[in-house]
Amino acid sequence: MISLLRAPSIPCGSGPRPRSEALRFLSIAPLFNRGQARSHRVILALLLMFASLTAYAAVDAFEFETDEQQERFRTLSNEFRCPMCQNTNLTGSGGGVAEDLRREIYFMIVDGKTDEEIEQFMLERYGDFIFYRPRLMTETILLWFGPLGFLLLGGWIIAGIIRRARPQVQVNAALSDAEQERLRKLLEKVEKQD
Amino acid sequence: MRQKQRERCQQVLRMVPELGHFSLILSFCLCVILGTLPLVGASTGNRLWIGLARPLTAGVFVFLTLSLLVLGYSFITDDFSVRFVAQHSNTLLPIQYKITAVWGGHEGSFLFWTWMLAGWMLAVSIFSKAMPDDFVARVLGIMGLIGAGYTLFMIATSNPFDRVLPLSPVDGADLNSALQDFGFIIHPPSLYMGYVGFSVVFAFAIAALLSGRLDSAWARWSRPWANTAWAILTIGIALGSWWAYYELGWGGWWAWDPVENPPMINWLLGTALIHSLAVTEKRGVFKSWTVLLAIMAFASSLLGTFITRSGLLTSVHAFASDPTRGVYILGFLGLVVGGSLLLFALRAPLMKSEFGFAAISREVFLLANNILLVVASAAILLGTLYPMVYQAVSGGELISVGPPFFNMIFVPLMAILVVFLAMGAISRWKKTSAQYLIQQLGIVAAASVGLGVLLPLVLTTEFSIGAAIATSLGLWIVFGIVQDIRIKIANKESTLAGLKSLAVSYIGMQIAHLGFATILLGASLTSIYSVEKSVLLQAGEQMDLGDYHFEFGGTEPVTGPNFIADRATFRVFEDGEFMREMYPEKRLYTQSGSPSTEMAIDAGFWRDLFITLGEPRESGAWSMTIYIKPFVRWVWLGAILMALGAVVAVLDKRYRRLKVRDLAKADAQPGGKQNDGLQPASN
Amino acid sequence: MPRLKLFIPVFIFLALALLLWRGLYLDPRTLPSVLIDKPLPDFELPTVEGGEQLVSKADLPDEPFLLNVWGSYCLPCLQENPILMAAKEEGVVPIVGINYKDKLNLAQMWLEDNGSPFDYSIVDEDGRLGINLGVYGAPETFVVDANGVIRYKHIGVIDYQSWQEDIMPAIAAVKAEAAQ
Repeated sequence: MISLLRAPSIPCGSGPRPRSEALRFLSIAPLFNRGQARSHRVILALLLMFASLTAYAAVDAFEFETDEQQERFRTLSNEFRCPMCQNTNLTGSGGGVAEDLRREIYFMIVDGKTDEEIEQFMLERYGDFIFYRPRLMTETILLWFGPLGFLLLGGWIIAGIIRRARPQVQVNAALSDAEQERLRKLLEKVEKQD
Repeated sequence: MRQKQRERCQQVLRMVPELGHFSLILSFCLCVILGTLPLVGASTGNRLWIGLARPLTAGVFVFLTLSLLVLGYSFITDDFSVRFVAQHSNTLLPIQYKITAVWGGHEGSFLFWTWMLAGWMLAVSIFSKAMPDDFVARVLGIMGLIGAGYTLFMIATSNPFDRVLPLSPVDGADLNSALQDFGFIIHPPSLYMGYVGFSVVFAFAIAALLSGRLDSAWARWSRPWANTAWAILTIGIALGSWWAYYELGWGGWWAWDPVENPPMINWLLGTALIHSLAVTEKRGVFKSWTVLLAIMAFASSLLGTFITRSGLLTSVHAFASDPTRGVYILGFLGLVVGGSLLLFALRAPLMKSEFGFAAISREVFLLANNILLVVASAAILLGTLYPMVYQAVSGGELISVGPPFFNMIFVPLMAILVVFLAMGAISRWKKTSAQYLIQQLGIVAAASVGLGVLLPLVLTTEFSIGAAIATSLGLWIVFGIVQDIRIKIANKESTLAGLKSLAVSYIGMQIAHLGFATILLGASLTSIYSVEKSVLLQAGEQMDLGDYHFEFGGTEPVTGPNFIADRATFRVFEDGEFMREMYPEKRLYTQSGSPSTEMAIDAGFWRDLFITLGEPRESGAWSMTIYIKPFVRWVWLGAILMALGAVVAVLDKRYRRLKVRDLAKADAQPGGKQNDGLQPASN
Repeated sequence: MPRLKLFIPVFIFLALALLLWRGLYLDPRTLPSVLIDKPLPDFELPTVEGGEQLVSKADLPDEPFLLNVWGSYCLPCLQENPILMAAKEEGVVPIVGINYKDKLNLAQMWLEDNGSPFDYSIVDEDGRLGINLGVYGAPETFVVDANGVIRYKHIGVIDYQSWQEDIMPAIAAVKAEAAQ
């Protein structure tokens, strides 16, 4: 067995921080420690260049009393965003904190906490960022009802066009199927004469 | 003497990346000329300048090809003095991944992207003999301007040929392990190619606006290009989804990631565009709308570039983010899209006060289709950009908008779209009576809803409202297609003769619609019926899931070219009978130090089984998750059908015929008689 | 003027472009802490230095102090260590460490090798305290006031600039308050 694979917390598969931090660090490292910085820069560049997009699947093997609990666990882990890796939910994240958060969710479910209580727990610690399904609040009304607005606008446009639709009006540029066919035949004749 | 020669030879070879750099600069210059002279020539009637368009296009293609080859050469020869190579490859990387590493990072993928653009330009210059030369000059000129923007972007902000001299690294870093994979070899090229393909349709639209000829002929010229680009984009997106499915390791095939969304928006707008082009070609209406869609589809592809390359949004794919690049791309976006929208506002024909179609007609259904697709695109854009808006407005607070939101918005919109799909396909141009529709579709509706409710109930013995709706909608499309074909061939002497008489483009359309039904069924049924189980097993232990039985045979260490791994062995039994062995792996890429999960998949038409290996525990047991995902293959199968349909439609004879209004011009030109080079002999 | 309608897409696009331009200068990755101005969570944990003996919230300094989340696996922590060491030597404020999701022996070795800027380091092996603090990875640094309330949070490595521009002013503000 490969011991490195068992290293306790290699967040997001590699590197201790989301990428931007790594880059910020790389750019300022030489400011205060020139000699040391170079060697670290190389290691870090290697380690952190690929902090995102690493194949990782969370496999926890928690034991649940009921299938319903297991289902809730899966749904919740899928709907919380990993605060570290940030591009994936807790299920898809290999980050150390994601692992811990899944464990917390597990214990809360087993302790009989409701989904609302678990969401509150997350909210108090990580803020709205953690929800992949944004809560409905004043600031997200536009988000949640915007698409409905678009749909109504679209319906209104269609209604306007249908109101003005008249089958008998002949639009100049439009040719009927029969006319197009005639035009095609004419053209073919011209081509053959070429 | 010989020694000296060899040294000189090596010195020359060391200069090869400069050759690529030089070619890149040269292509930029050629693009600038292409983007000016032919355009000016077309508006002043300068035949010489018009005639420059095709040779210049060939030149751009040749030099960009040379650039790309040089970059590939630098990868193959491990030239780590080239920064891009040092960052994305190392000596241990297998040769095929050294080649694909060319598009494994920002600079290279941009070069690749630009080369694709040049490829499309070359294709336009070859397959456009039937169009008037001034129109082709305009199209190529506009694409040349786009190319100039891309090449300048590379030269100024992200040059793939930048060197690390004199102290070059001895060995490179590594290609992201998730990208060392067959899916990655083919996913980006096809995605880029589809993306870039919409710039052809865009260029046609702008050329039509410039020359004031927005007519059926323009729509007819554009359609094959739009269909081809759309087909390739469809495949590209499907490949990306397939790759995510088996590579990212948790069974997701669509994550609504900020970087997945722009291609999706592009695809939706492209879908609207190919339908709108059909109306414009056949009926001469919706011209302005079609032009606007062409601009929006292209804009969405640029937006996709912007989002990926600027690091604007946090994403799985944000492997190259840099604000300077963002500013540049945004400037380019503003110039190109803003300029074309302004041109649109000034030149597009105004909507008629009355339309030549009835309230129930194919035109109206296609309009509904367009509106729904645009609404869906707008909703996805809203969700994608909302976190940014929120952050800007709230002063730093962050929210996330993820799959739960997008699914909730997207799924109902698509359901409405599907209802209209079968109605639109079966109705007639100009006017369809409601009675006719009810008569033809009544039985289709009854059959699809009846079977849609019954089938899932009988097969799974439990009722799921989602499965009932999804199956009904899928069958609604399928039965609608069958019914439509029945109507079409009703008057023919035999079914076979009837089928033979169907237009090629019609067959293409129905294949694509069938593909859409397949995706719909696959996506919804796999979401509803997938099961998974996470367990902790010691070697020799076993577990059951669904109709399957799994025996864990333990793990053994294996060594790959640039990774080490633990490989597990599973014996899988189906209904008590031995089926096969499966080998999931847990890898560690030695160069980058990044672990990676290689799941084992047993793919099937009806279901996929897959096993993901987790971590070993102190006790020696391994954690693992086993999934059964019914119908998941249908998602990609449907995409293949859709792309196939689009390609079949392009093969329709009418696109190969000499085009409508150019005969006079073609005759007037000396080269006019050769213009029927694309004419099939039989015509 | 029916043509005016055709300008609608231009305006929508301009609004969108403006938004994107604004977005370029936002950092969507650094989470603001929701725990600012909230009291520290309760805990009862061992320390890296103290063996079996547990510390709790009540044992924390009753003056303003820094709470620094670190781990031996964390390269940026190594990078910010000299700054923290300098701060300790100058006696700016007490610094308490949280040894986050680490192995005890590795942590002890790390402190031996690199020097410890910490009065002591709380062992948070399972990351529970980290979660209660909204931590999502090392290094993170909290400025805590005399009443045990979190007043400022710095995410990521502390470099000279962020020490001067962000953390020192935060400490100064909290100290001024405590002096009143």
